Amino acid sequence: MVTAVTSLSRSGLSDWLVQRVTAVILLAFFGFIGFKLAGGVSYAEWSALFAQSWMKVFALLAALSLAAHAWIGMWGVFTDYLTERLMGGKGNVLRIGLQLLTSLSLVIYVIWAVQIIWR
Amino acid sequence: MLQVSIYRYNPEQDAEPSMQDFQVDTGGKDLMVLDVLELIKGQQDTTVTYRRSCREGVCGSDGVNINGKNGLACITPLSECVKGNKLVIRPLPGLPVIRDLVVDMSLFYAQYEKVQPYLQNDTPAPAIERYQSPEDREKLDGLYECILCACCSTSCPSFWWNPDRFIGPAGLLQSYRFLADSRDTATEERLARLDDPFSVFRCHGIQNCVNVCPKGLNPTRAIGHIRGMLLKRAA
Repeated sequence: MVTAVTSLSRSGLSDWLVQRVTAVILLAFFGFIGFKLAGGVSYAEWSALFAQSWMKVFALLAALSLAAHAWIGMWGVFTDYLTERLMGGKGNVLRIGLQLLTSLSLVIYVIWAVQIIWR
Repeated sequence: MLQVSIYRYNPEQDAEPSMQDFQVDTGGKDLMVLDVLELIKGQQDTTVTYRRSCREGVCGSDGVNINGKNGLACITPLSECVKGNKLVIRPLPGLPVIRDLVVDMSLFYAQYEKVQPYLQNDTPAPAIERYQSPEDREKLDGLYECILCACCSTSCPSFWWNPDRFIGPAGLLQSYRFLADSRDTATEERLARLDDPFSVFRCHGIQNCVNVCPKGLNPTRAIGHIRGMLLKRAA
């Protein structure tokens, strides 16, 4: 049976709220990045931008949001399509395996992002 | 002659389902889809099986998939659904087929039962009846009209994938019907039962339910109200 054991917060309401809040943060971040890139930037300007504390916080916030957003989203996809109902016992194995892989990758990406941003 | 293709499956005889073609003389009239089914059953093949009762969109028995869209056969005119002189009728998607166009609605009813679709009030019963202001009564409009035909829930992909966990648009519309009722005192218990990742939150708001509802109801809006109540309760 499909359960909530690998969902981000185990609560439907909380997952739903986090999904929406992180979406707004991601929109703001990528909107800002797109705006900066569209204006044309040199390496020096780009480097100076990311040297500022507020930009580091903003970028880290975006990285954390992306991880949470992806966790919840992929959990939704996996629990829809990779289930015992649709695929038999191997659905459970496949789903749990991919969920763990996704979660692990996201945690690694966040740590990696911290390393890049706060270097 | 109208080209009609009907989903046929008799589990006692057929290894797998198939589509059977019929030619129907509509006499140039804009018949309802149910009339076409009746013509086929009466004149061409008596074994074609479907549910029907009131034939006027009240009982909700003849929900079927008509040219790809769920609807009640009795109130869907051919002019609304036929394209290129072709009419394809299949059972409601996502539920087990018992025979031809008849589906097993057990999962659908089990979800309906989960929302406890009856008035609950733990205060002493008044001598005559529980009064409700016209304003409070108005809140039930667009909710109480549901006839449980299952057109909405069986057009919902979230219900297809998790019919055992996601309550589905029909059940949630009824859930909100009692959450919104000023005479019901079990609001807290009702909300507590909905706060898991599946019951309500499998809805991703694609509004297939709104698109197909033969009564013109809006389950997505009701689900939005439930989310709002859950948020308010938790905040």
